[in-house]
Amino acid sequence: MRLTLHVWRQSGPNTAGKLETYPMDGVEADMSFLEMFDMLNDKLTLEGKEPIAFAHDCREGICGSCNMMISGQAHGPWKGATTCQLHMRAFKDGDEIWVEPWRAKAFPMVKDLVVDRSAFDRIIQAGGYVSVNTGGARDANEILIGKEVVDESMDAAACIGCGACVAACPNASASLFTGAKITHLGLLPQGQPERDRRALAMVEQMDIEGFGHCTLTGECQEACPKEISIDVIKRMNRDYAVAAVRYVEPKETAGAG
Amino acid sequence: MIELNSNIPAGPVEQKWDKHRFDMKLVNPANKRKYDVIVVGAGLAGASAAATMAELGYNVSCFVFHDSPRRAHSIAAQGGINAAKNYQNDGDSVQRLFYDTVKGGDFRAREANVYRLAQVSVNIIDQCVAQGVPFAREYGGLLANRSFGGAQVSRTFYARGQTGQQLLLGAYQALERQIALGKVKMHTHAEMLDVVVVDGRARGIVVRNLLTGEVTAHSADAVVLATGGYGNVFFLSTNAMYANVTAAWRAHKKGAAFANPCYTQIHPTCIPVSGEHQSKLTLMSESLRNDGRVWVPKKQGDNRAPSQIPESERDYFLERKYPSFGNLAPRDIASRAAKEACDDGRGVGPGGLGVYLDFAESIKRLGQKTISERYGNLFDMYQRITDENPYQLPMRIYPAVHYTMGGTWVDYNLMSTVPGLHVIGEANFSDHGANRLGASALMQGLADGYFVLPYTIGNYLAGVKPEKVDVTTHPAFTDAVRAVKAQGEQLLNIKGKRTVDSFHKELGKIMWDKCGMARSREGLQEALVEIPKLREEFWRNVNVPGSGASLNQSLEKAGRVADYLELGELMCRDALHREESCGGHFRVEYQEDGEAKRNDEEFAYVAAWEWTGDGQPQRLHKEPLVYENVKMATRSYK
Ligand SMILES: Cc1cc2nc3c(=O)[nH]c(=O)nc-3n(C[C@H](O)[C@H](O)[C@H](O)COP(=O)(O)OP(=O)(O)OC[C@H]3O[C@@H](n4cnc5c(N)ncnc54)[C@H](O)[C@@H]3O)c2cc1C
Ligand code: FES
Repeated sequence: MRLTLHVWRQSGPNTAGKLETYPMDGVEADMSFLEMFDMLNDKLTLEGKEPIAFAHDCREGICGSCNMMISGQAHGPWKGATTCQLHMRAFKDGDEIWVEPWRAKAFPMVKDLVVDRSAFDRIIQAGGYVSVNTGGARDANEILIGKEVVDESMDAAACIGCGACVAACPNASASLFTGAKITHLGLLPQGQPERDRRALAMVEQMDIEGFGHCTLTGECQEACPKEISIDVIKRMNRDYAVAAVRYVEPKETAGAG
Repeated sequence: MIELNSNIPAGPVEQKWDKHRFDMKLVNPANKRKYDVIVVGAGLAGASAAATMAELGYNVSCFVFHDSPRRAHSIAAQGGINAAKNYQNDGDSVQRLFYDTVKGGDFRAREANVYRLAQVSVNIIDQCVAQGVPFAREYGGLLANRSFGGAQVSRTFYARGQTGQQLLLGAYQALERQIALGKVKMHTHAEMLDVVVVDGRARGIVVRNLLTGEVTAHSADAVVLATGGYGNVFFLSTNAMYANVTAAWRAHKKGAAFANPCYTQIHPTCIPVSGEHQSKLTLMSESLRNDGRVWVPKKQGDNRAPSQIPESERDYFLERKYPSFGNLAPRDIASRAAKEACDDGRGVGPGGLGVYLDFAESIKRLGQKTISERYGNLFDMYQRITDENPYQLPMRIYPAVHYTMGGTWVDYNLMSTVPGLHVIGEANFSDHGANRLGASALMQGLADGYFVLPYTIGNYLAGVKPEKVDVTTHPAFTDAVRAVKAQGEQLLNIKGKRTVDSFHKELGKIMWDKCGMARSREGLQEALVEIPKLREEFWRNVNVPGSGASLNQSLEKAGRVADYLELGELMCRDALHREESCGGHFRVEYQEDGEAKRNDEEFAYVAAWEWTGDGQPQRLHKEPLVYENVKMATRSYK
């Protein structure tokens, strides 16, 4: 099939960018969206032009690297799929497609379609873990967790950290991402001791990074390639509210013993 | 010349690790922070090692070329992780996991390492659960298990079809916690391009910042490589696109012997190639073989729709050939059987390069809901790629390159032939022999990172004084930085006519045809002529656009392909010299009734190759393999 692509080109963080138009011919329905980009980049290289920078790695929807805004939709038209999983049979001969990077203040531009998502790592650093050092853990079966509970926790843990939720949100909020981690750990017995602290610290970090506030528009759950439910945000808000009331920083007790 | 000393502790195999842990030197807790350790890679092996060593008190710096440690290739592992917990009460034990792994590896792994792996496997599950990894559970709240190939017990722990993701997120979160505590300094977008050796010891690395192009040197008291496998030498594989051999290869050129490079695993259940545009292959987890039955039509060239082929005209070839393991035969065996069926003209789908993996019977027996609960995400993945619904039509699958058992040679302490340079995870050669069993790579990566290296590295560090090197003036560092910069410039200046990918694809085709599922003397000899020729053309005719001073994905790739063009040659040389068939290495000259024919008399050794300079063939060293606990026998899954 023949297509017309309009792709955002920007040589670096401090330069102006613009959409460039690339007519495409010979695109096959069996190609993935990124394989079409490979084809285009090969062509650009052979014409002596610089290929388009884009993030990708696993190409099977799990690493969370790929991130394209495709004709206004994060990861394009397929529900529950990442850009790398999208196949060209989703389009038809003659289509025009616009491809742009994720846009959010907290995701600074790197080059072309690549943005910096390190803010997500810092949100995890703030408290997205259970504090257990290696060794000394008790037998895994001593912690009983009902199947329903672990399944619900897994639904939230499935987040791949791609940032589609931020890109799709009119406020560029990271609440779905943060709520997913708070829910994953908060549902499990292992996550209880640090539950209050975690909610406070992660939400605070989200603000520090410059993500917007959530107004529950629900765009994030529509865009999420793992179809994580907006319920995780409600849970985060509840955990945050409870923690804000009852959490007291532990006193320094060094030397007490 | 290097010397191989496996440093296997004396004593009965069950006691070696405990005894060794007692015998090893310890670093005083107050002194640990004086030691700098560099960890390259933050997949399962690297992230778990970096976090654990930081918890112990070492000063850790961690480098990855990814934008975040969470993106490592480990994230893609689907099926599960083995551990000898015997929670199912089906007769599992450390001894049995040990035995299965040695046998599965076709008697080409080191017994002592494998035993230790089986021992610590149980601690891994405990640790991961404590971190909040949401492994699948039964209604009563206990952990669930599934079976994997090459085993007759159910010892695989899993989190839906995303086990690697959940384990990596557990290790990643432990790592991020140490970063927040200031105990690990994390460097992302940082590609290691050389190891620096000072006075015979690994003392640091050279790194290129992928965003700015800046090349810098970093020093430490010990260096750990956890940089993954090299399956992408074949161009098409199930590995993530960026997985590559560069770190291990550059270490090889600095003196680290490379072991058993020809041992590659071809996984039987992958989605077949759909066309020339194909950029990578997608795995359909081995766990599917628990409920799916593999078959081809009995008649050659039978192109009726699968539903039109009656039972009596189907050949369930794994069940027929290996009645006791059936569809759960190990990967090397299942792949070869599929290839045989296709070579015999009975393959299905485009080009006859496919066999069916059929769930009809399981769906009838268990209901679609159960099947979808078990494998829903894999079925969806399949449908997206092929546009076929596997609930209605059998899947079409074909073998694809998946994993590399070969890698940097390491001793029992996971140290390479360069003192101070440790190698863990898929990057080393250690535990899987000539064939890895399903769900054992995750186990090995986490065993190395959480429970082995953090001890053994202490033994090394206790023997050296912590001391800084000035990387800006020491000639070993400044020379290495200069060489890395020069290579980048050289690649940019060739300005030839072919893309980097076109070379990679051509190499991949040579490797797949001649060093893939079946290897012959003739084919390997041809490859050994073709690869150097291709390499010569690469350095004359590659086109790397753009500059070295910003993000340049073509330049990154060019450096990696340059290394594949050397590695590929070594793989073929290794495959040619090993005149036997074992595990994933199948030489057509050495077979008996279509099964691999080992030659224990002459080849029961690890082949460790030493770099001897550009354009020179590597020198072979042999580490004999001694089996004191498992009797060497012809592997049978019949
Ligand atoms: C599709 C798929 C499914 C699988 N499923 C299973 C399964 O179910 N069970 C199982 O046991 N195994 C499975 N495996 C195998 C297993 O996933 C891998 O062997 C394992 O995850 C490798 O882990 P690692 O830590 O050694 O390396 P990786 O996860 O590959 O990590 C490598 C790290 O090194 C870094 N790196 C590499 N080179 C450099 C460099 N030069 N400079 C800086 N950083 C560098 C990368 O950034 C990355 O952080 C699967 C593999 C695939 C491909
Ligand atoms: S490339 Fe990994 S999710 Fe798309």
